[in-house]
Amino acid sequence: MPEERTLPAFTLADAAGIERSFPPGKPALLCFVKEDCPTCVLSMPLIEAAHRAFGAKIDVWAIGQEREGNAQLVKRFQLTAPMLDDSALAVSFAYDLDTVPTVLLTGVEGTELEQFVGFSQDDWRALFERLAGMTGEAAPAIDWSTYPQWRPGCGSKSVEPGIAERLAAEASGSPLRARRIEIGESDDAFEFLFDQGLTDGLPVIPPTPERVMRMLSGTKRDAQEVVAIVPPNLAPATVEKVAINAVMAGCKPEYLPVVLAALEAVCTDQFNMHGVLATTHFPTPVIIVNGPIRDRIGMNYRGNVLGQGNRANATIGRALQLVVRNIGGGRPGGVDRAALGQPGKYTFCFAEFEERSNWEPLHVERGFARSDSTVTVYAGGAPNGIIDQLSRGAASLATSYGLALAAASHPKGYYHGEIVVIVPPEHVDTFAHDGWTKAQVRARIQRATLRPARELVRDDDCAEGISLATAEKLGLDTLIPKFRSEEMITLVVAGGEAGKFGAYLGGWVSGPMGSTMTTVRIEE
Amino acid sequence: MTTILDPTDERTPLQRVPTPRPESITGTVALLNISKPRGEVLIARLEERLRERLPGVTFQNYSKPTFTKPAPLDLRRKIAEECNFVIEALAD
Repeated sequence: MPEERTLPAFTLADAAGIERSFPPGKPALLCFVKEDCPTCVLSMPLIEAAHRAFGAKIDVWAIGQEREGNAQLVKRFQLTAPMLDDSALAVSFAYDLDTVPTVLLTGVEGTELEQFVGFSQDDWRALFERLAGMTGEAAPAIDWSTYPQWRPGCGSKSVEPGIAERLAAEASGSPLRARRIEIGESDDAFEFLFDQGLTDGLPVIPPTPERVMRMLSGTKRDAQEVVAIVPPNLAPATVEKVAINAVMAGCKPEYLPVVLAALEAVCTDQFNMHGVLATTHFPTPVIIVNGPIRDRIGMNYRGNVLGQGNRANATIGRALQLVVRNIGGGRPGGVDRAALGQPGKYTFCFAEFEERSNWEPLHVERGFARSDSTVTVYAGGAPNGIIDQLSRGAASLATSYGLALAAASHPKGYYHGEIVVIVPPEHVDTFAHDGWTKAQVRARIQRATLRPARELVRDDDCAEGISLATAEKLGLDTLIPKFRSEEMITLVVAGGEAGKFGAYLGGWVSGPMGSTMTTVRIEE
Repeated sequence: MTTILDPTDERTPLQRVPTPRPESITGTVALLNISKPRGEVLIARLEERLRERLPGVTFQNYSKPTFTKPAPLDLRRKIAEECNFVIEALAD
């Protein structure tokens, strides 16, 4: 025997304003309808017939989803059966309706005895027989030849877009726990959010409960699950709180898993979000997205990849920044002590153009399957262009990259840590022409950065560099490479088909004393 | 009326009250070098001057593993157990 379901209690007013409470203390037939549904209209005479035949023994109620439509149905069918007003849709939502008509027969205690949706002659005939048996009354005489055998129902109003989220947010079982803030009638919501210090300087979307509910539909994770402890205040960030900030940033629900993964990645000890925020240096989390999710959510990895114009790129990066600001409490002038900062601190997110080269994409290099979707976060500076329009061979082009990278941070600043180099399609083709692997490109870059130690010494012309003592210890003519190792150079393919313009994103303090690039799989 | 959900961590802002200024300095003073370049120079000079002015006070040196991260919890506990005062020095 299947477990008996007890249906939720409710009180609704009928057309005469009389309140009817369920369960009514006797069996009841609940018929959910809406006026603009032809199948509901088709069913109305049968509901009325049931009321006339069995109404003395059981309560037969029509429950209408729209106030004016309810009145029209009452008038058109001369209803004597009570028409209850569920135009607020709270009962339809609580009953988890997908379809109208939904017809429910219930026992004395409010247990469900039978349910059907849409219209079927067989269902109604069987129902009438059952009611006749239950009540000892005669089944009504119906001319079934005027009815079709079967008609599908229509969507319940409670699952219409926009309405479903509002109902979910208002229901007692709502997953929302965040404090609600009322903005007065005379206040402008956008100005209010600025005044409260909740924006990055650009307008944000007001995070209404409906919008947050819609955002939460983008993940299967529980709204109250703590995703990460966010620096600098070490505040726990729940999925709900991240969703609120994602709404503000302008994300679509399908971007939420990417934002959640990026947050997990930056809140690791090895990424060190606290330091990235607190330093007077330039870094900000650069989010690089790999895997099938790139196309599923419409990310840009082609022309203007680091620029404006793509909603996913723009808002995912922005959502992460807002989470750090609003949940973590990291604000410029507070723990964020950047001397100059950089435009990427509004948002810095892009995807790799994996299909455009024969190289392994970033996430595969970092140990994930090609079919995985991942975010890689890197504490990076603003893009610096590498212009090489004349190289026709891989060695020449990689040498150009090396000469450009030798100046990263400072031409005399050696023992550099991580750096990200973005390789555009035309440069990919030049490397591919000679069949060069990423390892070959890295090695040639490192080779092109070699400088004799004497050139890196602090001197009267420029006080930056290594001490003379250090240089002598190394040997003044010893060739020193820019990077601590070739593996510190990360190559990512992205950009438009035309243009021999690459870029590098300068790094910060790399390694355990600073920040280390971190990759996290995106849970969808 | 628009209702929005609070995007912050909802910590009630607490007004922090500074510890009352002591009448005199006694016991042990921690000198915490945060490991910025030349921080040790600043700390050493500070210690030298304070020893002249506060002959009865003991000085204890500590340093953070890196200036880029907050002091580890263990270090904070150790300082709290061993010292009555902390002077934390930057530099560069």
